[in-house]
Amino acid sequence: MSEAKSRKPVERVSIIVSRGSLEGVYPGLIMANGARMEGIEASLFFTFFGLDAITNKRLDHLKVATVGNPAMHIPTVLGAIPGISAFATHMMKKEIEKLNIPPVREFLQTIHDAGGEIYGCKASVDMFHLKKEDFTPLVDDIITVGEFYEKSAGAQIIFT
Amino acid sequence: MATLEILGKTLVLDKDGHLANPAEWTEEIAREISVREGVGELTATHWVVIKFMRKVYEKEGDPPSIRRITQESGVDTRLLYQLFPNGPGRKAAKVAGLPRPKSCI
Repeated sequence: MSEAKSRKPVERVSIIVSRGSLEGVYPGLIMANGARMEGIEASLFFTFFGLDAITNKRLDHLKVATVGNPAMHIPTVLGAIPGISAFATHMMKKEIEKLNIPPVREFLQTIHDAGGEIYGCKASVDMFHLKKEDFTPLVDDIITVGEFYEKSAGAQIIFT
Repeated sequence: MATLEILGKTLVLDKDGHLANPAEWTEEIAREISVREGVGELTATHWVVIKFMRKVYEKEGDPPSIRRITQESGVDTRLLYQLFPNGPGRKAAKVAGLPRPKSCI
């Protein structure tokens, strides 16, 4: 206990969200929001398929990955059947709601209102041929990896 | 066991530094904890949050999550973070004499 007390508390976190599935996006959102709740500075950096979570027309429709996910405990061929991912997504969204965890759009708004910063990765934005207007206005900026490191000064960087 | 000396009383604290016995809490104690926690002087809006949290705790045995405070008390996220800077969930619970919220949200 005394050892734990002498450790320096976490003051800033920079969380990278690199995946676009529902289960790939939520952990980063929960960690960023949780950091703000504890008075820890937080920024979110969405890269590669993680960009779906801040892309206006996609962020309300993120899906659970039912293929290539052994923890789903269903055979891969079953996971590939049309409609299975939609069903699993529906079930997971219900569970998420039961825990009073907000939907993605509301969660981004909460993190934003709580003082968390939200960034998109420039290389991925260019790769997917996206424009600033394709994103929710909650996005603070589209930044390069260099700017990301600059903004992460003194922060713990967490990759999800 | 950690204790807190307030207004001539010795209050026992739990492992998180919150009041161990929420029944010992009074509004005067809240004002004093608030100053010590850096929240400062309590405004009418602070009291809306504190009273909402007390009400939920008395009914359900657990303090409400931040999301629930912002959904039901009438104080939104932005304002809540202004009222209780540096960790609104814990700060508000501490001032309200309640245990640390168990929710991750």
